Amino acid sequence: MALVSDHILSLVTFLPLAGALVILLCLARRPTAAGWLACGVALADLGLAVLLWLGYDPVPGTDQFVERAAWFLGGRVQYHLACDGISLVLVLLTALLGPLVILSTKSSLSQRVPLFMAMALFLQTAMIGTFLARDMLLFYVFWELMLIPMYFLIGIWGGPRRIYAAVKFFIFTMAGSVFMLVAILYCWFKAGTMDLGAWLALDLTPTEQLWLFAAFALAFAIKVPIWPLHTWLPDAHVEAPTAGSVILAGVLLKMGTYGLLRYAMPLFPAAAVTAAPVLAVLGVIGIVFGALVAWVQTDVKKLVAYSSVSHLGFVVLGLFSLTAQGATGGVFQMLAHGLSTGGLFLLVGILYERRHTRELADFGGLAHGMPAYASVFLITTLASIGLPGLCGFVGEFLILLGTFGSSQLPHAKLLVAVAATGVILGAIYMLWMYQKVFLGPLGSKKNQGLPDLALREWFVLVPLVVFMVWLGVGPNLVLAKVGPSVERVLEPLTAPGLVLPHGDPRPAPLWAVPAVLGGGGEVAP
Amino acid sequence: MIDTSLRWIVLAPLVGAAVNGLLNRRLPRRAAGLVGCAAVAVSLALAVRAVLRLAALPADERVLTDTLGRWIASGSLQVDAGFLLDPLSAVMILVVTGVGFLIHVYSLGYMAHNAGLPRFFAFLNLFIGAMLVLVLAENLPLLFIGWEGVGLCSYLLISFWFDAEANADAGRKAFITNRVGDFGALLAMFVLGVALLPHLGPGEGLFSFPVLRAHAHDLTGVATLASLLLFLGVTGKSAQIPLYIWLPDAMAGPTPVSALIHAATMVTAGVYLMARLSFLFVLSPAAMSVVAGVGIGTALFAATIAVAQTDIKKVLAYSTVSQLGYMVAACGVGAFAAGVFHVVTHAFFKALLFLGAGSVIHAMHHEQDLRAMGGLARRLPLTWPTMLAGTLAIAGVPPLAGFVSKDEILFAAFLGARGGFPWLWLAGFLTAGLTAFYMMRLIALAFLGESRASPEARANVHESPPTMTVPLVVLAALSVAGGFLGWPHALGGGARLQAWLAPVFASGHGAAADGGHGSAGLEWTLAGVSTLIAIAGLGLGYLAYVRRPRLVAAARAWLGGRPAQVLGRKYFVDELYGRLIYRPLQRLADVVCFRWVDRGLIDNLLVGGSAVVTIFTGSLLRLMQNGLVRFYAWVFALGVTVFAVYLTFLG
Repeated sequence: MALVSDHILSLVTFLPLAGALVILLCLARRPTAAGWLACGVALADLGLAVLLWLGYDPVPGTDQFVERAAWFLGGRVQYHLACDGISLVLVLLTALLGPLVILSTKSSLSQRVPLFMAMALFLQTAMIGTFLARDMLLFYVFWELMLIPMYFLIGIWGGPRRIYAAVKFFIFTMAGSVFMLVAILYCWFKAGTMDLGAWLALDLTPTEQLWLFAAFALAFAIKVPIWPLHTWLPDAHVEAPTAGSVILAGVLLKMGTYGLLRYAMPLFPAAAVTAAPVLAVLGVIGIVFGALVAWVQTDVKKLVAYSSVSHLGFVVLGLFSLTAQGATGGVFQMLAHGLSTGGLFLLVGILYERRHTRELADFGGLAHGMPAYASVFLITTLASIGLPGLCGFVGEFLILLGTFGSSQLPHAKLLVAVAATGVILGAIYMLWMYQKVFLGPLGSKKNQGLPDLALREWFVLVPLVVFMVWLGVGPNLVLAKVGPSVERVLEPLTAPGLVLPHGDPRPAPLWAVPAVLGGGGEVAP
Repeated sequence: MIDTSLRWIVLAPLVGAAVNGLLNRRLPRRAAGLVGCAAVAVSLALAVRAVLRLAALPADERVLTDTLGRWIASGSLQVDAGFLLDPLSAVMILVVTGVGFLIHVYSLGYMAHNAGLPRFFAFLNLFIGAMLVLVLAENLPLLFIGWEGVGLCSYLLISFWFDAEANADAGRKAFITNRVGDFGALLAMFVLGVALLPHLGPGEGLFSFPVLRAHAHDLTGVATLASLLLFLGVTGKSAQIPLYIWLPDAMAGPTPVSALIHAATMVTAGVYLMARLSFLFVLSPAAMSVVAGVGIGTALFAATIAVAQTDIKKVLAYSTVSQLGYMVAACGVGAFAAGVFHVVTHAFFKALLFLGAGSVIHAMHHEQDLRAMGGLARRLPLTWPTMLAGTLAIAGVPPLAGFVSKDEILFAAFLGARGGFPWLWLAGFLTAGLTAFYMMRLIALAFLGESRASPEARANVHESPPTMTVPLVVLAALSVAGGFLGWPHALGGGARLQAWLAPVFASGHGAAADGGHGSAGLEWTLAGVSTLIAIAGLGLGYLAYVRRPRLVAAARAWLGGRPAQVLGRKYFVDELYGRLIYRPLQRLADVVCFRWVDRGLIDNLLVGGSAVVTIFTGSLLRLMQNGLVRFYAWVFALGVTVFAVYLTFLG
């Protein structure tokens, strides 16, 4: 047990990679066995993540389960993993989607199944590693590692324009990462170490901060994606196989918002405060623009892809509200979006397997023959548009409430008013899509006699539905673990005496972090 | 006082919904119906018990609470999952579960031959559960769960027969229109929360109603803004100008749904919300004026449309919009108790009218056009007198239920003018006349005169089964006698309902909220005038549609086709919204956002640079042919090596 408890982070990170290697080395010609092994490994990893969840002490909000060892350069580069509340929920989300994705793929894939399974597991290691790394080089390695399996998932098993989409995805992300690498090297020379803790203590001039923040934020903004850097996303989603879309929407997009919260904001607090109005506005544009464009899509997958732009806009707004509530809501929304949009892509995949089309015009009246499928789809849709009582509401509510009370963000109330129109637009495009697919008369002959959910599909969807309801009814479970960590991470941004690049003293926060540090009903000064 | 039975009032229908929803067609139809009815019956019984317990307490201590736990906690925000029963929510839960139960029973008969029966009862139970969350919620966000939950059920039930695209359209329209209102309600919550936060004491929940009420004086600065934003939500849910447009279309749903959701309960949620937050609304005379004006304007406007509708359910739908206008106007003049009183009586007689219309439709084999009816009085011996009772009640004939509550509202509106010209009263007074007229028209066209149905349809007309007629009789009795719940002092009554509600409401701005200030002579006079116009309206309707049908034709010829067309097409408001809002927005989304900005500007122009790179890379990759995987593996390995060497060299 000591092995497990002392190295649980390494285990949860590298277990999928081990599974991938076993598949490549031993099961490369046995697709069925490879599938089952991958499934088993992913479930075991989920078990580890649950252990992590149970063992995590939410009160201090600090990094826990720390594993630290000198890697090279005499310990200036370290193997350093740790887990706080933010990492925790995202690791759990990743570990939850892992087995579901693998299970959902088992029938739809005909070629190179073992390679696919290995790629999916490899990707899981890279994603979890990114959430847990606390050494900048280690983080960067995991960050770049994610690109490779995702590139192949799209490029090998994707749709007709898969190469275009894969390359577009690759180049967009690389373009951002290059600048981040430069920024990392700059800080490395400044600090002489890759340790995140040491970097947080760096004394950077406001101008330095601005440039470094810009470099980091660009890399993360592309990943989110923040408007107008989002155009790779619809292409990637449409061409990616179902599993790719689910991981992309469910986890990969959160890398961007996670990076902003974990690195860009606390490392360069003055710059973050300065840039917050710009990013918040871009977030709001993303909310409205993504929703409007989603509305006029004719391809279901593209519609869901643009809805992601809209939902992630909420997260960006929450983070740059510079309030604990907004940012906590943002983290919650990452989780909720992973469940609901991940679920929507799984559902669209199920439909595609049956009909081999995703055009809205080809559907209609499917609720007649597939009532169970239609019901699950409806619940997921409602979670996605933030119906209170399901997971989507809590995040949006906290984000908008936090932003509304933000004292640091200019025109915060106006931004909230515009962002809240996303609530209306969300209903417009989602219910439009739902009606076109499921309601009305059963038009085309091809839509008749489609089988309803199979047992395996129930196994994939039921956990998602359960969590969508659970998080809507009992969000505190997550908020209690996330809140203290968010407050800790945002601490540098609210530290007194923060000097902004243009030399203004930072305005005293009204609804900002210190006021709520204690949690439990404390009063703002 | 704590009473943990409150949660079961809410949970019972939710359990019923879960049973019917999960088992669905595996459940025999009969069992599905019984589960649905039983779930509401349990809720009703528990509600009665809880209200009796509440009534046993001294008047100023009448609050029962039940806290399940903390729902959302983030920093200074603490929201409990908690229920609160006070005199106001007591009235609401009795109406919701009582009328709800009757309509469930009615549905057993009305929907008996429908294959989707379990689904129907699942949605109906879910609705009751959501509605009870709405009226029992202890705080605004929890109320919002119920608020959107009932909206969802409305959507699901309007498009229940989703075969027809029109029904699905109607459901979607209802949901989206309501979301426009919810946008306002959501912003109102933020305004209130941020204003209240600095004043919050330890352990106080930010959005809890008792806390908000105790801190009302801290909300003075934001009262107008918050009230108006909330009122936007009210106009959505309670179908007021400018968001009433969804309610007439909502008649696409099965008739019991129209009775329960779109007449008796859900649409009154807006009135409930204003009554619940009366302490906030009265802080802003400006907001109250808007509320009163919009309410009475809606009442009059919708009544004129109702006059020209030919679909029996559409007449009742516009009538509902109109009656809701009365309730909203009551809140606007500070007569919250009168508004809630009208919620109650309206629930009785409008549910009755809808269920009666359902019985007619049932008898006529899904014919809803008044022009194809006539002479049904003899053929429907139970539906006919109960419908008549409902008509007299809504028309305001004393001493029936509608008379008393409407008179209370008109009285308050008259006093609210405070010596100025009583415009609100006048509009309400005219609406009363129109109401009597269009209801008499409905009765005459459906039940009196000669039948205009086809011979075979005429032969098949039959009275409905007891499951449908018994609820009609009960509701008819309530419509006749319900007024005595709140018979005003000035007319020699006990005003029991008003007294029961008194501890909940803040006093209105100057208005004699509940008949306290006006003289008895004035109230008698106004009641007399109201009675006269009701009788005049009924008489005119009888004259025009029974005695002298040629009068209608003559009037129409004299006026020309235009007024009838304008009214028949509902003042072209739907067309206006489509042309001014919906379609421009869609074009904005499609042409500007998607084609120009997203595809054109961003992807082609700005990303053009990387597109070139893409093509370049693509051709590069094509050169590599089968070396794809290895190529990248090599590039990657190379990169890592260079980096590692670089770092090592540095060290």
